[in-house]
Amino acid sequence: MNSSYAAVAVTVVALLTLGIGLFGLRISRTTSDFYVASRSVSPLWNSSAIGGEYLSAASYLGIAGLVLTLGADMLWFPVGWTAGYLVLLAFVAAPLRRSGAYTLPDFTQIRVQSSVARAVASVLVVVIGWLYLMPQFQGAGLVLHTVTGAPIWAGSVLVAAIVVVNVVSGGMRSITFVQAFQYWLKLTALLVPLVFLLHAWTEDGRPTPTGAGASEAWLSPMAADTTSLALYGTYSLIVATFLGTMGLPHVVVRFYTNPDGRAARRTTLIVLALLGAFYLLPTAYGVIGRVYAGDLAGTGSSDIVVLELPLRVIGGTLGDVLGALLTAGAFAAFLSTSSGLTMSLAGVLAQGSLGRRALGPVAAVRAGAVVGTVFPLGLALASDQIAVASSVGFAFAVAASTFCPLLVLGIWWRRLTAAGAIAGMLAGGIGAGGAVVATIVRGSDDGWLDLLLSRPAAWSVPLAFAVMVLVSLATQHRRPSNVARTMVRLHTPERLRLDRADR
Amino acid sequence: MRTPWSRRSLGSAEDRATYETLHTASLAAPALRRGLDEDSAEKAIKHLRALLGVPSVALTDTERVLATDGARGRRTDVMELAREVISAGTTQAFSTPRSPYPHAIVAPLSVEDAVVGAVVVSSPAASAGLARTTTEVARWVSSQLELAELDKSRTALMEAELRALRAQISPHFVYNSLGAIASFVRTDPERARELLLEFADFTRYSFRRHGEFTTLADELRSIERYLVLEKARFGDRLHVTVQVAPEVLSVTLPFLSIQPLVENAVRHGLERKAGGGNVVVIARDAGNEAVITVEDDGAGEDPDRVRRALAGDPSTDSVGLGNVDERMRTVYGNAYGIVIETAPGAGTKVSVRVPKYAPGAAR
Repeated sequence: MNSSYAAVAVTVVALLTLGIGLFGLRISRTTSDFYVASRSVSPLWNSSAIGGEYLSAASYLGIAGLVLTLGADMLWFPVGWTAGYLVLLAFVAAPLRRSGAYTLPDFTQIRVQSSVARAVASVLVVVIGWLYLMPQFQGAGLVLHTVTGAPIWAGSVLVAAIVVVNVVSGGMRSITFVQAFQYWLKLTALLVPLVFLLHAWTEDGRPTPTGAGASEAWLSPMAADTTSLALYGTYSLIVATFLGTMGLPHVVVRFYTNPDGRAARRTTLIVLALLGAFYLLPTAYGVIGRVYAGDLAGTGSSDIVVLELPLRVIGGTLGDVLGALLTAGAFAAFLSTSSGLTMSLAGVLAQGSLGRRALGPVAAVRAGAVVGTVFPLGLALASDQIAVASSVGFAFAVAASTFCPLLVLGIWWRRLTAAGAIAGMLAGGIGAGGAVVATIVRGSDDGWLDLLLSRPAAWSVPLAFAVMVLVSLATQHRRPSNVARTMVRLHTPERLRLDRADR
Repeated sequence: MRTPWSRRSLGSAEDRATYETLHTASLAAPALRRGLDEDSAEKAIKHLRALLGVPSVALTDTERVLATDGARGRRTDVMELAREVISAGTTQAFSTPRSPYPHAIVAPLSVEDAVVGAVVVSSPAASAGLARTTTEVARWVSSQLELAELDKSRTALMEAELRALRAQISPHFVYNSLGAIASFVRTDPERARELLLEFADFTRYSFRRHGEFTTLADELRSIERYLVLEKARFGDRLHVTVQVAPEVLSVTLPFLSIQPLVENAVRHGLERKAGGGNVVVIARDAGNEAVITVEDDGAGEDPDRVRRALAGDPSTDSVGLGNVDERMRTVYGNAYGIVIETAPGAGTKVSVRVPKYAPGAAR
C-alpha cells in the first residue's frame, strides 16, 4: 500500500478529533434567537453519537475478518451487537433514563442504597472498560503496522496518547457532536469503497466465494461443525452480545443526555436502524474478501481484510485513495470508542478511590484518564494478538454476567436486595472474568474446557441471575427502604405529573 | 520476647477492656445514628449484646420487637415486658420462668423525655451490676438516638431553609418589568402583550410550589424569559450571549440557582455603567459535572465586599449570591460553593459546578 496516502488520512482524522474536541462545535447565540428546547440533543444526534461510540474496531474491522475466516456462523456477532439494543430498548432504556443515574455505579446506589454495591459496580465498570479498550489499542497497532510499516506498538501508543490528551485537556466537551460525526465518517468510509468494490466485482462476472475456493460449509450456518460444542459456542455468543450491551459503561452515559424516558426509547430505536444499516457493510467486505483475499483467512492478519481489498481488487491510485479512506475510518473507530470509554472510566475512577480529596475533582478526572488508559495499553502491548472481535466479546461476556442481571432485576423485581446485588455481580464477574483471564493465559486448544472459558456467557449469566435472586430471597428482611419510591420513579411515564421524589 | 512487650504497650488489662468496650460502642453507633427502626436495630444489636456480655438481647420500639440477638424467647413475651417498662419509664427486673433464661432486665430508651422503646436483656442470673450496665447502655443508645433526632431536625431545618431561600425574586425586577411593559402599552400593544405573557410564564416558574429541584433546561428557559424582559427595559444597552453544551441540559440542580446569578450580572454589568454591557452565560460539560459560568464586564466589585456578601452580611446588595452559595453547599457539600472572580473595574465572573448525579438530589 502506498503509505503516504494512509499516513495523511490517519493524521487528518487524528487532528480532526483533537480539533473538534478542543474547540468544540459550540454554538453561541444572542438571546433573541435562543430557545432551549430547540437546542437539546435530538434523538437522531444522540443515536448517531451512540453509534459512533459503539462501533469500535471490532465492528469496523473484526467482523469482516471473522466472516472471512469462519463464514456464516460469525454473522451472530453483528446480529447480537444490534439485537443488544433491542433488549435495551424493551427492558432498560426508559427506566434507566428516569432513574437519573449518570453511571452504572450511580444506578446501583439509587436502586439498592449500598455503598459496598456501588464500589463493586465501580470495579466492574473499570474491568469491562479495560477489556474493551485493550483490543482497540491492539487493532490500532495492527492497522498502522499494515498501512505504514510502523512497529506494532506505535499505533497503540498513538491512539492511547491522543485519547489521553483529549480527555485530560478537557477536550471532550462537545462529545455528542464529535461522536455523531464519527458515526457518519465510519459509515461513509466503508460505504464509498464498497460501491467501487461491488462495481469491480460485477465487472468480474460476480464470482462466488465457493468458486474462489471456499467450501459449502463456509456459506451455511452450523455446517462446518455440527457438534454440540459449536452449538454451545453459538448460544453463548448470542447470550453475551444480546445481554452485554446494556452493561457497557459508555452506553449508560449517553442515555443521560436524553431529556426523558420517551426520548431515551426513541433514541434506542434509531440506534437499531443505524447499527442495522452499518453492519451490512463489514459483512459484505467479509464475503468479497473471501473471493479476492481468501489467503488472509485464518492468518493473524485477517482483521485487515477491509483495508486490503481496495488494493487487491481495484489497485492503482484509486485503490490507494480508497484504502486511505478505509484507514481513516478505522482510526475514527479506534479513537471514538476509546475516547468514550476513557471518559466513562475516568469519571468512575475519579468518583471512587483515586483520592478525590487529595487531588481535587478536576485533577482526579485527569488522573483517572491516565490510569484508565495506561493499564489496557500495557495489556495490549504485553498480550498476544487475539482477533479483535473475540476479545471485545470478552467485555460483552463480563458485562452480560454482571450488569445485565443487576439492571434487569433492579428495574423489574422489587425484591432485589443489596446483598443479592453484590453476590450476583461478584459471582458473574468472578466467573466470567476468571474465564477470560484463563483464556488469555492458557492460549487456545479445541476442547470443551477451552470453549467454556472463551465463551463463558451461557453459564455465567444464568449463574449471576440465580445467585442474585437466591441471595436476595434469603435477605428479604434487608430490603432497601425506599424501593417503592424508586420503582415509581423508574416506571412512571413523564406525562403523568406526580411527586418524583425530588426530595 | 516480642509479644509481652507489644501487649504491655497497649496498656493494662483494664485499659484494653476499655478500648474494646469503646470500640464495640463505636461499631453500634453509626446504625443508631440513623434513628430507631428495624434496619438500624438489626445492625446495632449484635454489638450491643457484645457490649452487655449477656446471652440474649432484644430492642423494641413502643409497638413491637425490632430485633433480637442470641437465644430468643417469644416475641410477644418480650414485648409484654417492654410495654410495662415503657409505661413506667424506669429500668425494671423481671423473672421469666417460661423463657430460655429465667431473668430479664428491661431498660427504657428515651429521646427528649419521651420513651421511644426499650432494651430487653435476658440472663441466667440477675445482679445489681447487670441492671446498672443495662441502664447505662440504654442511656448511651438513647443519646445516639437523640443525635439521630438532631440530624433529622437539622435536615428538616435545611429543607425549610431551602424553601425560604428559593422564593427570592427581587421585587425591583417585578416593578421594573411592569414599568417597562407599561411603556409599551400605547406605542406597541402587541409587544406589550407578548412581554406580559413572558412575565406571566416567568412568575409561574419562579413561584411554583412543588419540588426543590429543576433541570438546567427549565432554569435556562426561565433565564431566557427574564432576559427578554430585561431587554425590554434596557434595549440595546444589554448584550447577552448564551452558550450551552446540549449534554448538560438534563442536569438536575436546585431550583432558581442560576437565575439570581444572571440577575446579579445584569444589575452589576449595566446599572452602574454608562454605555452598554455584556453578559455571557456558559454551561459546559465537564465529565461528571456541569460547569456554569455567568460573566459580566461591568463595574466589578471589591473582593472583600463579595466575601462579606457570601458570609451573609445583609448590608451588601449581593444577597442573591450568598443565597445561591449556601444552597449549593447545603445540597452538594462544601466543595460545591460558588466561585467569584472579580475586582473593581474588571467585571465579575461567577462559576458554579453541579454534579450530574448526587444521591438524594436526582429527578
